[in-house]
Amino acid sequence: MPAQLSEAIAAPTGMTGAQRERAAKLRRFLGDPLGVFGFVLVLLIVLSAIFAHVLTPYEPAAIDVKVRLAEPSFEHWVGTDQLGRDVLTRVLYGGRIALEVAAICISVSLAGGLVLGMLAGYGPRWLDSTLILIFDAVRSFPTIMFALAVVTLVGPSLETIELVIIVTSIPGYARIVRTQTLSLKTNEFILAERALGANMARVLGVHVMPNIIGPLMILASMDVPVVVTIEAGLSFLGLGVRPPTPSWGSILNDGYAFIRNTPWLVIAGGVPLIITTLGFTFLGEALRDIFDPKLRRAT
Amino acid sequence: MNELLEIDDLVVRFRVVGMTKALLKGIRDPFIDAVLNVSFDVKEGETFGLVGESGSGKTTLGRAIIGLAPTKSGSIKFKGVELTTLGDGAFKQYRRNIAMMFQDPVASLSPRLTVRSLLAEPFKIHNMRDRDLDAEARRLLEMVGLNDSFFGRYPHELSGGQARRVGVARALSLEPKLIIADEPTAGLDVSVQGEVLNLLARLQSKLGLSYLIITHNLPVIRHVSDRIAIMYLGRFVEYGRTEEIFRHAAHPYTRALISAVPQPDPDLRREIVKLVGEIPSLANRPSGCEFHTRCPFARTECRESIPAQREIAPGHGHRCHFPLPEPEADAA
Repeated sequence: MPAQLSEAIAAPTGMTGAQRERAAKLRRFLGDPLGVFGFVLVLLIVLSAIFAHVLTPYEPAAIDVKVRLAEPSFEHWVGTDQLGRDVLTRVLYGGRIALEVAAICISVSLAGGLVLGMLAGYGPRWLDSTLILIFDAVRSFPTIMFALAVVTLVGPSLETIELVIIVTSIPGYARIVRTQTLSLKTNEFILAERALGANMARVLGVHVMPNIIGPLMILASMDVPVVVTIEAGLSFLGLGVRPPTPSWGSILNDGYAFIRNTPWLVIAGGVPLIITTLGFTFLGEALRDIFDPKLRRAT
Repeated sequence: MNELLEIDDLVVRFRVVGMTKALLKGIRDPFIDAVLNVSFDVKEGETFGLVGESGSGKTTLGRAIIGLAPTKSGSIKFKGVELTTLGDGAFKQYRRNIAMMFQDPVASLSPRLTVRSLLAEPFKIHNMRDRDLDAEARRLLEMVGLNDSFFGRYPHELSGGQARRVGVARALSLEPKLIIADEPTAGLDVSVQGEVLNLLARLQSKLGLSYLIITHNLPVIRHVSDRIAIMYLGRFVEYGRTEEIFRHAAHPYTRALISAVPQPDPDLRREIVKLVGEIPSLANRPSGCEFHTRCPFARTECRESIPAQREIAPGHGHRCHFPLPEPEADAA
């Protein structure tokens, strides 16, 4: 990191302790090249999905039979598929689907896991045992098998995938939240609030949640590639989004049939998955190093 | 003086083995009694001290009074109103009259809240949002010798003494009659300990507070308490006026605790009562007098029968078969 940048961030005058701490965290983040790299990759994926309609002149579902399976060229940077659709366009729009699924699934399962986990950890013993039993039952199904069963029952759609992902990820979050809540609930500051007369909702919302949300956000950021991969995997199997909606999984599936002659289709579907995975994993690990004091390196 | 808090024959019982496990393994007694048959009262404007080793049940007794530990039997009366049978809603109103300060000054403050929010919490909990919370917080901080420059600080940015003062301010916020202070001086430098004790004394004379102070620090308790009780395995083994206990401790345990306090004068001749071993487990109470396993004066009778509570002077009682005689006048 350039010296003048670190000095600018370090400027010690007129900062409160909290601001100083935030500045120190930012400095430590910028000092981690992998973290910055991950952040740039995440930014790349997110921006390209948001501005997909600006970045490409083509429609993702526009068929042009004259240029079927065209090689990469100036008109079609990554070539076209078997229906003459521009692959780059489909990859960009596929990113929208992937990130939309990730955002919905992770925020809903994070919220659900938070509520259920805190209830299990703080509530009565019987509630804890019941919830743990349900979590374990849900987690004992492999996600893909569970998805196959549900899709067979209700038919493939984006909502079905989202539902499956949410149901299978809630237990993961809830278990972590439960453990954290259990260890917090005997702390003196919780007893102090209870001694003042605070009810369960207040204890959990004001005093427990702020202390567990940080590590949970890091976990959530590392979960993005998992969710994206599940969506792509189900779409690859034809159980996800319906054609002609573009998804990285369906692009891979389209390209799979022509892998010998037109490998760019498979590459185009695979590279964004790799970038997303690397980006969110590096970013999540860098954040964990900063916010988890136990793993913090000595400076 | 009127009795503010009256406790009669209180038992606090915890289940230590789950119901199914106890049935399966044939454990007949899956409980421990952390507090056993304790009776005492705290008068208005008085400071009552609870003394004992770790594990003697003094903290549990304090928590039971404020409803954080389950009472098995017995009665806790505040201004004549029975608290153990009150419903949650009615009990919440009584909580405003009793405040509790916890041992660790920093860890008893919610770590993600600023000092201002911490001081506003009690008012929010009791739906008193119509008050000017900034003004209230400022007033409370001034009462404990801090000012509003602390508003934006987080607990980890406070020193132990500052955090303790914020804890006192929080305890005062709802204008309680009684403050239960669990080790108010723990983890503080001696000079800061003095400041905190003086602050508590000043607030007591200004606001007419009563204190129930829980500590293992005998010099502190001798300095601040009007009356004290010594706890061992959840029971009171001796109680009485502070100067009376320090002048004539009848129970060998009390005598041992007092003789264990370091004395600044190396030439001072004094009687030493030495204890052996650790405090026994609550799950496995010794027979007879529960102190006999560590008592240097134990006899056969101590192993066999439980000593009854006896008063040797008005308000000074003990549980010992063979109470120690009054020491010679010069041995203080």
